[in-house]
Amino acid sequence: MTVHPGAGSRPGARRATSGEGDLAAYLWVDREGFRLDVDLLVPGGEVVALLGPNGAGKTTVLRVLAGLLRLTQGSVTLGGRVLDDPASGTFVPAERRDVGMVFQDYLLFPHLSALDNVAFGLRARGAGRAEARATATTWLERVGVSEHAGARPGRLSGGQAQRVALARALATDPRLLLLDEPLAALDASTRLAVRGDLARHLRAFGGSALMVTHDPLDAMVVADRIVVLEGGRVVQDGSPAEVARAPRTEYVARLVGLNLHHGRGVGEVVRLEAGGELHVADPLEGKVLVAYPPTSVTLHRHHPEGSARNVWQGTVAGLEQHAHTVRAQVTSASRPSVLADVTPAAVAELDLRIGAPVWLSFKATDTHVYPG
Amino acid sequence: MSSPDTVRTRGSGIPPVLLVPAALAAAFLLLPLVGLLVRTPWSDLGTHLSEPAVLEALRLSLVSAVLATAVCLVLGVPLAWVLARAEVPGRRLLRALITLPLVLPPVVGGVALLMLLGRRGLVGQHLYDWFGISLPFTTTAVVIAEAFVAMPFLVIAVEGALRGADRRYEDAAATLGAGRWLTFRRVTLPLVAPGVSAGAVLCFARALGEFGATITFAGSFPGVTRTMPLAVYLALETDPEAAIVLALVLLLVSVVVLVSLRGRWVSGASS
Repeated sequence: MTVHPGAGSRPGARRATSGEGDLAAYLWVDREGFRLDVDLLVPGGEVVALLGPNGAGKTTVLRVLAGLLRLTQGSVTLGGRVLDDPASGTFVPAERRDVGMVFQDYLLFPHLSALDNVAFGLRARGAGRAEARATATTWLERVGVSEHAGARPGRLSGGQAQRVALARALATDPRLLLLDEPLAALDASTRLAVRGDLARHLRAFGGSALMVTHDPLDAMVVADRIVVLEGGRVVQDGSPAEVARAPRTEYVARLVGLNLHHGRGVGEVVRLEAGGELHVADPLEGKVLVAYPPTSVTLHRHHPEGSARNVWQGTVAGLEQHAHTVRAQVTSASRPSVLADVTPAAVAELDLRIGAPVWLSFKATDTHVYPG
Repeated sequence: MSSPDTVRTRGSGIPPVLLVPAALAAAFLLLPLVGLLVRTPWSDLGTHLSEPAVLEALRLSLVSAVLATAVCLVLGVPLAWVLARAEVPGRRLLRALITLPLVLPPVVGGVALLMLLGRRGLVGQHLYDWFGISLPFTTTAVVIAEAFVAMPFLVIAVEGALRGADRRYEDAAATLGAGRWLTFRRVTLPLVAPGVSAGAVLCFARALGEFGATITFAGSFPGVTRTMPLAVYLALETDPEAAIVLALVLLLVSVVVLVSLRGRWVSGASS
């Protein structure tokens, strides 16, 4: 598996080859002021989450892979078969690709029963009516909604519709399964159960799967690997644990709930791009990233005494209730902005208000330093 | 005429300057129908309706209107699809021209059809010279005249439904392996079915009432081209009572059309 963030200084300069993975795609799409430049390899059987903010190009990636949108340059190869290659004029339309897709709001055909929705793809691929229905019934049983086989989509709950949509996409036995925000339309309680089941079905599914999401928890639970997309480019690629521990951008850091600073390691300190220095426990030379959790940051009214080596004064710029804690944002003219989690009692004790001056401290041992 | 409660409770608030013309307009639209009902020879209704000429006109009207609607469906639905979906140059102009028969006086349409399909028409002369086919003054001509006038109703209704339909369902069908034609039949068409039925009903109603283009292009031959509207018009001079009975039948059909149309639109909106 290789991903080259920003590899596309020249379109087509580096083209993924089919030997490296089941899905090998170098995607370059130019559309009305937006550019997508993504190099993606997914080995057979791997579940990859495509994580990113709105407008990052996640859905565009899926539409290109599905064959609903053409590449400007680059190539898409699935199992050695070239699906899209503008240079040679190859383009396999969606209906002749071995690709299944679960859409964001499922798009179950409203005039067909759940069973006929699942049987649709089988019929389209030439199966007889009885055979298609038998296979569709098996799939509805597998995803646990066989008792609703005769129901129209309008009568299904969100969770049931999601399961039918998954069965519909899997029933055609695709080599690559694409899922566009498959859990976004569900309420919190349904989401928990459906997320677990989705993870289970994707494990059982033998092909490659690519799931678009903007929820880090969905990505952590369901995926083997997370690819983070921002502004049409891959900014991070790694296992869920790596991404959670060592985010590479502000966006990812915020998603996984960490403070993140860019800087340059010199001896035991890191000189921050935003100003000031941090003392770190594991020194690293050169361009580095420093991450530490908001829970390790302590706030004080006066200059604190103690062992914490990173101390500076700032101003409270924001306060936000997070479950049982309050997340405070502390800004400073000559230092990076820092998030700190404090208890509601501490908020009252420290008299934290927007605009109030405050001291913050955290230990060198709470920081995680890695190459930037 | 019963008015909804909301209107009645606010009735006192309507300024007379609006109320008077509004009442006049309502009376103007309804009183002629009352007149028709009052003058209907109810006791002789059965006798009039069973007259061969009446039955013949009724049968011809129904058959030709059904055929015209079928022609409009077979040709108009694909045309609506092209207007709504295809990237053809000059689509807006095409759309404007296609809806022209909506506002064109039907008699002009009849003359135009004669110029095209008449025995010395642009196409008609070849039809006659090469195949011995002469279209004017035949039942086929009635169907052609009706379809010409009624097709825009269907095209506009179906095009609107297609524009309103969520195209992503077609994407979903494609990812499931369905080609364009299968997608059109199994996904697009069922999704716009309420629009197609509404269009077909409007189209049928328009075809059934067609007068100007029919009499110009097809003439008025009993049993061949004399449809109900033509029969009503002719009977008015010779047998006014028969005219009233025929008119009553057409009124009845219109009411049925109106009711079925409302039902379609209500069910289409609620689903």
